Amino acid sequence: MIWNDDFETLPREAIEALQLKRLQQTVERVYATVPFYKKAFGKLGIKPADIKSLDDLRKLPFTLKQDMRDNYPYGLFAVPLEQIVRIHASSGTTGKPTVVGYSRRDIDTWTELMARSFVAAGTHKGDIIHNAYGYGLFTGGLGAHYGAERVGASVIPMSGGNTKKQLMIMQDFGSTVLTCTPSYSLYLAEVAAEEGIDIRKLKLKVGILGAEPWSEKMRQEIEDKLNIKAIDIYGLSEILGPGVGIECIEAQNGLHIWEDHFIPEIIDPETGEVLPDGERGELVITTITKEGIPLIRYRTRDITRLIKEPCICGRTHARIERLSGRSDDMLIIRGVNVFPSQIESVLFNIEGVEPHYQLIVEREGTLDTLEVQVEVNEQTFSDEIKILQGLSNKIRKDIKDLLGVTCKVRLVEPKSITRSEGKAKRVIDNRQKNS
Amino acid sequence: MKVEQISIFIENKSGRLAEVCGILGQAGVNIRALSLADTSDFGILRLIVKDSEKALKVLREHNFTVSKTEVIGVEVPDSPGGLSTILQILDRNNVNVEYMYAFVERSGDNAVIIFRFDDVDEAITALSKNGVNILKSEMITSI
Ligand SMILES: [Zn+2]
Repeated sequence: MIWNDDFETLPREAIEALQLKRLQQTVERVYATVPFYKKAFGKLGIKPADIKSLDDLRKLPFTLKQDMRDNYPYGLFAVPLEQIVRIHASSGTTGKPTVVGYSRRDIDTWTELMARSFVAAGTHKGDIIHNAYGYGLFTGGLGAHYGAERVGASVIPMSGGNTKKQLMIMQDFGSTVLTCTPSYSLYLAEVAAEEGIDIRKLKLKVGILGAEPWSEKMRQEIEDKLNIKAIDIYGLSEILGPGVGIECIEAQNGLHIWEDHFIPEIIDPETGEVLPDGERGELVITTITKEGIPLIRYRTRDITRLIKEPCICGRTHARIERLSGRSDDMLIIRGVNVFPSQIESVLFNIEGVEPHYQLIVEREGTLDTLEVQVEVNEQTFSDEIKILQGLSNKIRKDIKDLLGVTCKVRLVEPKSITRSEGKAKRVIDNRQKNS
Repeated sequence: MKVEQISIFIENKSGRLAEVCGILGQAGVNIRALSLADTSDFGILRLIVKDSEKALKVLREHNFTVSKTEVIGVEVPDSPGGLSTILQILDRNNVNVEYMYAFVERSGDNAVIIFRFDDVDEAITALSKNGVNILKSEMITSI
């Protein structure tokens, strides 16, 4: 099923023609209304009129998350505040959050793109959508909410937390679609098991999961434990919120990026150069319809590659491969790039090991050390020391083989790694603190 | 003849052993034999208790990882060479001992050693054939 046939199946040339027209309009607008961009264009000697083709996009300056912080709170808004009808902000783990403002038309676009996303994920009118994304400054809750309503589904605005109550509602209200972070879906399954609820037998059929990177193996585990199709949704508040892209349920192979509203590029995160089609690098997004806070070449820090081949679902919009990590989460350990998701995939490939792990990075003298803590469960436990040592040796060896990094593996008791109700805390990096 | 032993995964941090014993004590589970095997990071606590099902249940409730294994209790004459005779029998019959530990209490004049084998049935056959006394489960848990 396709929500908006006209736009979602536009031929490639038509998409590109539309993108160019909208890009030119956006560039004109930010140049005229956002001093930050006028200055940034000026530094590179670029005028809006220089953008004559989509290829000219690469002449434009990047926008970094830091630029948003530097212009906190409203400095990058392209319309007067009286035209802003909603303000969201992303969690600022360090310092100030990044603030985004939406015009009425922006909210409408967001709602439309979330509606497309819900339908691509196999949701329709008649579904009962259990929305466990947080409502508030975080874009997840309200973004999913509006889109679900537009589709005509019944939305339960659960927000996050209070897991036992979530399970009660899920049973009693007959929720068919779950929207939350992937780690929270597993947490729900875990609490359900503790409460003696067979979550596999509930009416849930689809989970629309996002806001953190998750591996293919984690998807298998979620699909298994909850007996649902787990669909990956992509979004970031700076660009829109959830609904920048989504997997179609037909292929479950790459996330369609709504190209009539965004232009994706893949660059080398070190040099900033645009990479040839199909290569993996950092995703950069330009918004081409946003009014409140249009962003030119925003560096997402997400690592992926672009897939332009046609998709079996009939949508013509390009796909991004599922994220292999965030360049922010990327740990550099003794000069080697390590993504937590890679460690997770190693663990998933070992029989019986569950993805409850934490990475502790320390610096001893000038040497980085990586400790991988893995919980021991009844499947991996043995009454013999040598078998447990064999397990930790295997984990260490597999990590070394895949990543080329030597680590220490520490087996820990179950539930000793904090379970999150939101995003999973996978990495504790003590290097900055101690140096 | 087989005795149920429970094993518990514990991280090597102070007080953890006392905690396990405390949990079992509060549940009224009597510990009959205990052995701790450890590495620098973790340990495996092996216990023989009167009511292993109850012990497993309360430990699971406290989020411990636990398992059940079958072991046997063997009477060993408390004289020089007593244990060696038994190990020789096992060796001759190619029975592999995974680990063993001494039971605190005695059975009459004899010491009691708990053995964990690769193949417990094979071990029982070899020992019985050679006249070694294997204690019944009830006897072990009620010593
Ligand atoms: Zn598709």
